[in-house]
Amino acid sequence: MTESSEGIPAVAIDGVSKSFRIPQERVSTLKERVLHPFKRARYDHFDALHDVSFAVERGEFFGIVGRNGSGKSTLLKCLAGIYRADTGAIYVNGRVSTFIELGVGFNPDLAARDNVRLNGVMLGLSPREARDRYDRVIEFAELREFEELKLKNYSSGMQVRLAFSVMVQVDADILLIDEVLAVGDVAFQQKCFDVFNRLRDEGKTILFVTHDMSAVKRFCHRAALLDRGEVVRIGEPDDVAATYVELSFAAGSEGPVEDRVEGGGDGTAALLDAWWEDEHGERQSVVHQGRPCSFHARARFNEAVEHPAIATLFENERHQPLMATSSDWADTRSGTFQAGDEAEFSVHFEMVFAPGRVYASPWVAHQGRRVMDKRPRMTSVVVAGTHVSGGLVDLPHDVKLQAGSRILQGEAGA
Amino acid sequence: MSNLDVATLGRPIKGPSALGGDLRRLLHLSVTLAIMEFKLRFFGSVLGYLWQLMRPLLLFGVLYVVFTEFVRLGAGIRFYPAVLLTGIVLFTFFSDATARSVTAVADRENLVRKIEFPRLVVPLAVLLIAYFNLLLNLLAVLVFVLATGVEPRLEWFALPLLLLPLGLFAGGLAMLLSALYVRFRDVQPIWEVVLQVLFYASPILYVLDILPTEELRHLVVWFNPIATILVQARHSLIDETAPNAWDAAGGMVYLAIPGAIVLGVLVLGFWVFNREAPRIAEEL
Repeated sequence: MTESSEGIPAVAIDGVSKSFRIPQERVSTLKERVLHPFKRARYDHFDALHDVSFAVERGEFFGIVGRNGSGKSTLLKCLAGIYRADTGAIYVNGRVSTFIELGVGFNPDLAARDNVRLNGVMLGLSPREARDRYDRVIEFAELREFEELKLKNYSSGMQVRLAFSVMVQVDADILLIDEVLAVGDVAFQQKCFDVFNRLRDEGKTILFVTHDMSAVKRFCHRAALLDRGEVVRIGEPDDVAATYVELSFAAGSEGPVEDRVEGGGDGTAALLDAWWEDEHGERQSVVHQGRPCSFHARARFNEAVEHPAIATLFENERHQPLMATSSDWADTRSGTFQAGDEAEFSVHFEMVFAPGRVYASPWVAHQGRRVMDKRPRMTSVVVAGTHVSGGLVDLPHDVKLQAGSRILQGEAGA
Repeated sequence: MSNLDVATLGRPIKGPSALGGDLRRLLHLSVTLAIMEFKLRFFGSVLGYLWQLMRPLLLFGVLYVVFTEFVRLGAGIRFYPAVLLTGIVLFTFFSDATARSVTAVADRENLVRKIEFPRLVVPLAVLLIAYFNLLLNLLAVLVFVLATGVEPRLEWFALPLLLLPLGLFAGGLAMLLSALYVRFRDVQPIWEVVLQVLFYASPILYVLDILPTEELRHLVVWFNPIATILVQARHSLIDETAPNAWDAAGGMVYLAIPGAIVLGVLVLGFWVFNREAPRIAEEL
């Protein structure tokens, strides 16, 4: 870095917009042009980016997240200089190395050795530099034994390793990375992130496009959330990740995906409705893990009944029961209902279930024996959370790691 | 827009372009890419380079038999086989460079869409590969020419002066065609036909003297730069007694016409390519 560039953001994006023209009928031959000279090609405009502005400081590890089609890859391509922004300006201070999609520009018929050199030159090295760094690249990728193999015989994971190694060895000041690391195996992913951390400590700037919220939270200093081409949120990785999860589940939660299962019961009661509410009593299809929520079911009785009970079972996507509860556990004497009367059942609790879809199967029973109506998987809710522990529930807890006491060890030894 | 202090940020990046602002990089990249692809063709099949050589030689063999045994077009022409082979090899260079450039940008989609680099690298690499090929083919021609009894002359060293305008002409067309193909896919069949026409419109099978009228000879030399170059090649490489380009054109002045055509194609090609370069990654 030169002295003069101190204090200047590594990457600054100022009001960048980008739209693509998508021809309605693609006129791609001269013949069509000649036959229909006056027919103007009609285009749909797709705004991939709309007035995006932010700056990334030198030495920052910056995450760019967003749902599919939110414009994050377009943004990265604009930064990389592959697309030209329609309006606005992008300022990049330092050499850029890009890593977009699998095996950037590798030629499948060339051996790894040639591909590495070609790729190095592509990324801005001189041919001599590319030759000199070849050994480091192949060592890092752990592909020494395959160096004479043609790229087409590489697995996709090996290609990613090779491409990643090239990118790292180019010694760029700014690295642009587009969700590719998912392909490598766990060990290599860890190695990548170790490298990221090292680069970050060396003052390199990394812009990282991903869907992996745990990676964002682990590594990024800051993150930006894009939605429909606009920056929705920018700031702490935790906040951005939470907003991202909210956004993606909100979009994907229209109606349960699962088919309804036929109900049962003797028909003396009918479950009319079942729904979820958040802590403010609003109906929701997404509830947040760790926040208060409630489940509600409404039933109508078709004949007079004394002390009926409504119960429900909560299950996850794999039909594993998570919890069951019944109104007669709280009060067995719910009163007398006439034909046509309605009852509302509710369960209030703090959402501790693991993130994912939770199904509720309510039923109406009498005296614990007669099932009046039963509606398996009547409704569902998506539990939104950024962390997947693998358990069925995530109970609030404290966890601690301390150094073991010497004295105790001494005592044990004595 | 935003609260960034734009004044301190330096110059904004420009996005993709034909030249990319760094000519050294353009050159490095073109040469590296050309070497890699040449290697691919060289080692790509068992016989490797032999195939590259066989193509013009086979064409030569067929044409030679046809035009000396059946049609007798070559009768009375000094060193007809040498003239024929030289013409074929030079024209192969031209058709190689242009025909392969048509789809060149589209074929390298995975590079163009994923890496920022001077877009001109693509047609330039195609041209370089054609040159590599030509140099190797010329070695074969040299052996053949000497074998058929042509005397070595000092003028042979002027060959680069012929290859340069030919390359400029091919390069201009390469830029034009590769940029147009991104938008208009029928450039490819059209160009194949044009190449056919050019082949017969150039003195390859025949020599210029065969044409019936002076006017026709002039027209060919004036408006077909390839013809101009081939006429001069015959004169300075093979047969001193054959007319040189300016005599065939009817005077030195008239060589300005093919010169202008080459220059015009070059400028037009660059202009079109430069204009399309920023959007190529999106249009593909």
